[in-house]
Amino acid sequence: MSSLKLWIAIGMLVLASSMGDVMLSAAMKRIGDLDEIRSRQGLLAVVSHVLREKLFLLGLSCLIFSFFCLLTALSWGDASLVAPASASLTYICSAILAKFILHENVDRRRWLSAALVCVGVLLLVK
Amino acid sequence: MKLKKILIYLAIACCNGTGDVLLKRGMDDLGEIHLSNWPHIFTAFTDPWIILGIVCLTGFFYSYLTALSWADLTFVLPATAFGYVVTAFLSRVFLHEAVSPWRWAGVILITCGVGLVARGPSLTERQETSSGHSSSAQHQASALTNRSTNSPLALKKEQHELA
Repeated sequence: MSSLKLWIAIGMLVLASSMGDVMLSAAMKRIGDLDEIRSRQGLLAVVSHVLREKLFLLGLSCLIFSFFCLLTALSWGDASLVAPASASLTYICSAILAKFILHENVDRRRWLSAALVCVGVLLLVK
Repeated sequence: MKLKKILIYLAIACCNGTGDVLLKRGMDDLGEIHLSNWPHIFTAFTDPWIILGIVCLTGFFYSYLTALSWADLTFVLPATAFGYVVTAFLSRVFLHEAVSPWRWAGVILITCGVGLVARGPSLTERQETSSGHSSSAQHQASALTNRSTNSPLALKKEQHELA
């Protein structure tokens, strides 16, 4: 029972953080190249552009929510399980969401790399 | 463009990895946090290591957002994982932690994954035909640039026709 609770927390954490990343990515694409904005209008303009984008704030709230899910999951389970499991699942989940929501061209090269990174992160706790 | 990609990857990875190690170093100074005296955690903000770590992580977030503004999410994400590699090296050298062979294997796998994606294109090519607002001149221009990558001869022919 307690392990089910833990995995639900991990699942919510993974979903929230990958949704957050997807929203941030979409928001930044909408704003445009930050390097260009900074070189033309300065750093303050970059900050105001970013903070005025609603999608960015939504994505940021998702990331903050996922952080609290992480804290909850950490209080229920071992850090050596929770941290790498959620990090590696997030890579796979983000790749899937990026393909279907952002319509990114996730080719074989990117799937392979997502899998390599996922397994690599899991090995880090050994 | 190539240099820009490499620089942003390095910035994301280094800031992420260094930030984590600095935070860990600062929290070692602070000692364990107990739930009974949780306000103790706010003293963390006076520790120079923690402040430096937060500066690094702010730099990470800025470079992450910059990268997302011109590259795909699936291109940028592996760079954040590369931060773990930096963390492994720094905790070996700087915090004198033992890094097991399994961890080095993980580090190598992550490096391979990052190298694989970094060599590929950074942004999905999009044809702007679905919008319906683009004028026919823009269509011809995009057709021109598309063909120019295939053969310069076809480009010349097209230009001739346009003229």
